[in-house]
Amino acid sequence: MKLYCLSGHPTLPCNVLKFKSTTIMLDCGLDMNSTLNFLPLPLVQSPRLSNLPGWSLKDGNAFLDKELKECSGHVFVDSVPEFCLPETELIDLSTVDVILISNYHCMMALPYITEHTGFTGTVYATEPSVQIGRLLMEELVNFIERVPKAQSASLWKNKDIQRLLPSPLKDAVEVSTWRRCYTMQEVNSALSKIQLVGYSQKIELFGAVQVTPLSSGYALGSSNWIIQSHYEKVSYVSGSSLLTTHPQPMDQASLKNSDVLILTGLTQIPTANPDSMVGEFCSNLALTVRNGGNVLVPCYPSGVIYDLLECLYQYIDSAGLSSIPFYFISPVANSSLEFSQIFAEWLCHNKQTKVYLPEPPFPHAELIQTNKLKHYPSIHGDFSNDFRQPCVVFTGHPSLRFGDVVHFMELWGKSSLNTVIFTDVGSDVTVGTVLQRHRRDTWLYSKRPSSQLRRKQGLRDCPWHSLPDIHLEPDFSYLEALAPYQPLAMKCIYCPIDTRLNFIQVSKLLKEVQPLHVVCPEQYTQPPPAQSHRIDLMIDCQPPAMSYRRAEVLALPFKRRYEKIEIMPELADSLVPMEIKPGVSLATVSAVLHTKDNKHILQPPPRPAQPTGGKKRKRASDDIPDCKVLKPLLSGSIPVEQFVQTLEKHGFSDIKVEDTAKGHIVLLQEAETLIQIEEDSTHIICDNDEMLRVRLRDLVLKFLQKF
Amino acid sequence: MPEIRVTPLGAGQDVGRSCILVSIAGKNVMLDCGMHMGFSDDRRFPDFSYITRSGRLTDFLDCVIISHFHLDHCGALPYFSEMVGYDGPIYMTQPTQAICPILLEDYRKIAVDKKGEANFFTSQMIKDCMKKVVAVHLHQTVQVDDELEIKAYYAGHVLGAAMFQIKVGSESVVYTGDYNMTPDRHLGAAWIDKCRPNLLITESTYATTIRDSKRCRERDFLKKVHETVERGGKLWARWPGGAARGSSRAGLPPPLQVLIPVFALGRAQELCILLETFWERMDLKAPIYFSTGLTEKANHYYKLFIPWTNQKIRKTFVQRNMFEFKHIKAFDRAFADSPGPMVVFATPGMLHAGQSLQIFRKWAGNEKNMVIMPGYCVQGTVGHKILSGQRKLEMEGRQVLEVKMQVEYMSFSAHADAKGIMQLVGQAEPENVLLVHGEAKKMEFLKQKIEQEFRVSCYMPANGETVTLPTSPSIPVGISLGLLKREMAQGLLPDAKKPRLLHGTLIMKDSNFRLVSSEQALKELGLAEHQLRFTCRVHLHDTRKEQETAVRVYSHLKSVLKDHCVQHLPDGSVTVESILIQAAAHSEDPGTKVLLVSWTYQDEELGSYLTSLLKKGLPQAS
Repeated sequence: MKLYCLSGHPTLPCNVLKFKSTTIMLDCGLDMNSTLNFLPLPLVQSPRLSNLPGWSLKDGNAFLDKELKECSGHVFVDSVPEFCLPETELIDLSTVDVILISNYHCMMALPYITEHTGFTGTVYATEPSVQIGRLLMEELVNFIERVPKAQSASLWKNKDIQRLLPSPLKDAVEVSTWRRCYTMQEVNSALSKIQLVGYSQKIELFGAVQVTPLSSGYALGSSNWIIQSHYEKVSYVSGSSLLTTHPQPMDQASLKNSDVLILTGLTQIPTANPDSMVGEFCSNLALTVRNGGNVLVPCYPSGVIYDLLECLYQYIDSAGLSSIPFYFISPVANSSLEFSQIFAEWLCHNKQTKVYLPEPPFPHAELIQTNKLKHYPSIHGDFSNDFRQPCVVFTGHPSLRFGDVVHFMELWGKSSLNTVIFTDVGSDVTVGTVLQRHRRDTWLYSKRPSSQLRRKQGLRDCPWHSLPDIHLEPDFSYLEALAPYQPLAMKCIYCPIDTRLNFIQVSKLLKEVQPLHVVCPEQYTQPPPAQSHRIDLMIDCQPPAMSYRRAEVLALPFKRRYEKIEIMPELADSLVPMEIKPGVSLATVSAVLHTKDNKHILQPPPRPAQPTGGKKRKRASDDIPDCKVLKPLLSGSIPVEQFVQTLEKHGFSDIKVEDTAKGHIVLLQEAETLIQIEEDSTHIICDNDEMLRVRLRDLVLKFLQKF
Repeated sequence: MPEIRVTPLGAGQDVGRSCILVSIAGKNVMLDCGMHMGFSDDRRFPDFSYITRSGRLTDFLDCVIISHFHLDHCGALPYFSEMVGYDGPIYMTQPTQAICPILLEDYRKIAVDKKGEANFFTSQMIKDCMKKVVAVHLHQTVQVDDELEIKAYYAGHVLGAAMFQIKVGSESVVYTGDYNMTPDRHLGAAWIDKCRPNLLITESTYATTIRDSKRCRERDFLKKVHETVERGGKLWARWPGGAARGSSRAGLPPPLQVLIPVFALGRAQELCILLETFWERMDLKAPIYFSTGLTEKANHYYKLFIPWTNQKIRKTFVQRNMFEFKHIKAFDRAFADSPGPMVVFATPGMLHAGQSLQIFRKWAGNEKNMVIMPGYCVQGTVGHKILSGQRKLEMEGRQVLEVKMQVEYMSFSAHADAKGIMQLVGQAEPENVLLVHGEAKKMEFLKQKIEQEFRVSCYMPANGETVTLPTSPSIPVGISLGLLKREMAQGLLPDAKKPRLLHGTLIMKDSNFRLVSSEQALKELGLAEHQLRFTCRVHLHDTRKEQETAVRVYSHLKSVLKDHCVQHLPDGSVTVESILIQAAAHSEDPGTKVLLVSWTYQDEELGSYLTSLLKKGLPQAS
């Protein structure tokens, strides 16, 4: 059993598991960190962005100034943003039989895999994952396609040139494989390959393996997966939460007794408490608005936003914000709000009971009804008429590189009255990013350039790069997202709300479900490099977790020993069990093995065919027995006295018994036959008298047990 | 011999109070717990004393499954769980769980408040009963206990209706509840995989009917409604007071008011969608009303359970939720006396009580009006009577109601017709079929058809009658991978025409069964192998030296045993597989050589063959 690791990103996993005869892809997350290297795509012509100076080499060579622009000491690619795909060369992706999706954030690379690798299999996902995943993809495609960019930079990707660039461009990995966003047509085609599944549904793959999604508690329809045969069990835990927010609680019990547990998608901010972050979010929002400023919340169109709206629903009136308009701007805002109300079966108990009344499970229905929350597909159209300030705007994309959020950053960035609040750690753009980039560095270069060296390379002037490199503390990723907007006057607040498992919860979970082996991304097997004393910020289990990183192949540590086989009732009836020890019985089985569709069946042996009356002459070779038909093994010992008595009873006379060192010799003098009997062996030596030999054989067998 | 037993307590050769007991591999499951609309005495509920007369039901039943929210499938549930007493799990889908208590409460109100029945279940009992419900999702495998598992499949019919697979080990039963094999205006079609159950228990309401296309029925329905209100509307506009003149098709005065008795949830929404789109397209003005206060609420359930509706509605609900009706308004009791044209949906659907019956009594005397019965009516109800042509109805208090209004029947109930039932049988591929929820005569016909077409046995027990099906489940055991792989590798060899025998030892320890190779079995049990060896002396006439004899033996065997490994070892002996042959001089006769052929019991066949072969002598050397 092998695990091919196609993504090194701990929260955007993409692994392929080979188990028995099946090839199963576990998630296909899309790493969007690559987009941080690009300039934002403004919806409305931005003089600031279009007038940024081109970047030139230290010697003044400016041949890259069309592709690279400089902003506050940071260099960006002026081009259509591109994404870093999972590895496509490590394994032939056309051999993948199925793809299992754990949640809507972890399927964003699906069109790249299903449409361009020769993939012909099936994708399994829950209905909410598919519907909301579709919305996320639709939004992404829309964000990128509605701002057509003539330029597509490629010069900088040249290896020789990339070496000359400043960090982080210089260190960006596998830039040659970065791809542009897919099209809606590819999205639709990819999604048409999905088969919907429900929690605890058992799905047979080729009769060899059974896969089952379980509730993971993280998002609408999010699942962990059990991949098992009758004797082996692999649990794939990806993006799980034990906090009670809107989704159905996590099913932990079903993860028990796993041989291997693959653990991905832990929280990216293990030290932040989501509850207090929500509190901070509300108070910062209220403060800004009261001072006449606007609040911008970069977010995904689904997920945490539902929880935020619910908190605000309770908070608005008490904080005296009832007159402040809340805008939710996304091409899929309406769909997202509508879809959230129809997935009652996938929600936590409290929300489920609401539909019995019948009431919509989320209170944002009421916010919309009372006009407190308004949603628009984009800043164009109705929104421009309704727009009032001060206000609160929820919009994407959290990377701040495309989407309506770019417009609001440009619009509000210059005033210190305004605030941007980052909440959506989502799974891609933020802390994990930097962390991951660092990891890649460390294994790509055996020696990391010292900070001194880096300073020499001109990184000093960029404030967020002169700080220590590694952060599990949240400060950096959002700064990276903000880089192309510097200098910035507006306030930036970081209230990451990531409800996924933290290390304390993981350790509890592992104690509870007791897997034999744990496999996880290498980031989880050591403390964050910047805080090497925090050994509490790593997975602690026995035996130690096996770790993987991008482009590695792991041999998983277990050996299959048994396989299920069905004994047909007729055969079962013919078996003669024999009690060997108390509670242990044995039966020898001679049967015909049938194997079809990976299912094995044992049927009774056919009755010997009747001789056909000698019409045909038998060929000599027909008589040659098949040496592959094995006789049973024998066990036991032969008590000499009883054996001799039996011989006598069967008409043998003239029997002589001699003692030897190890046993006895029984002599049948008349027949010139000698039988050596020892504790563990019997040897019959006789003339070529088949009748006699067979008679003796059967008498000996009476004393022995067959196996 | 293991067996599956099925006993209908209700719905055996009958429609109403569905309740079927199934025993499978020692587990007892009750399928549905319905009431009978045709009766108001003891017979309206199943006779639960059949399960046990003295003991507690909980001890005798492992679980109860409710297929959908119609009262003939769940109407007896509070009586069963709270008054007779059952505390085990009750499984149903989430929409059923949401809607069924509302219908039960409605039913209770009519029985207690309107008919004044005593000793009926109370509102509290409905609540307590619902607390025992466990919601199941489609296709989820629910483990009732370690052995018993159930799985729900989409059934169409009404919102949340499900078919259930009940499985223990390799034995299984599928119960369809009511289902519909063609998608309609708001629901999809039933679907099941090729699960090959031992038994399929299917409803057979329309066992003999093959219905024309749904489109035709819809057109007919719209035409009738349209004609009625449109003309009525014009006439009414000209002659206030509704004094209708003029003529219509049959020389009758044109009717004005259309009553459509429906159940609050289900067909009602389908017909509402139908009328709503038609009204919009034709720009009609006549009002459509929906009788009870339930309307709004009922439609709300549909809005929240969109994933249970058909593909079209699911796809477009964001742009337009089909259950938000613009033309259909709530009905007020006073409207029934106003003379204008109107269409009224009123509950219940069989005209056996409630508002639909009230309106019917008001409107029945006017030949201008029309009642359209869109579904099946149980015997004994007013609906059934008027559909069978009765025009004088005896009401309570010896009143006689003369029915002059036009009575139309349109089959809109979402049951599978004969074709659909056959289709489902084909999908699931059961070993046996059992019919319930239908009339005996019609069942007989369908039974024959199923037996002919699918060559499976088909049963149709009456209530209280038990069908017993012997089963022969195979026994799952674990085979050691080494043994299996060895066998499978050999199965792949070319000369595999003859069935090959697998040999192994089955070790049974408690309930753990493992099939391992004999060597492994001996090793595990700490037993030593006992080797049984034979050595046969074969006398050959040969004057040559022993070594030469051995060479002759070698070349002879080599030519005969082409598929075997024959070797001539340096020490002069010959081996065939693991059988050893040595040539020795005879102690007395120099012209005779003795071949010692030695083999173990495992090579018995080959050893025995070799001795008889060698006995025949060697071919003359050329």
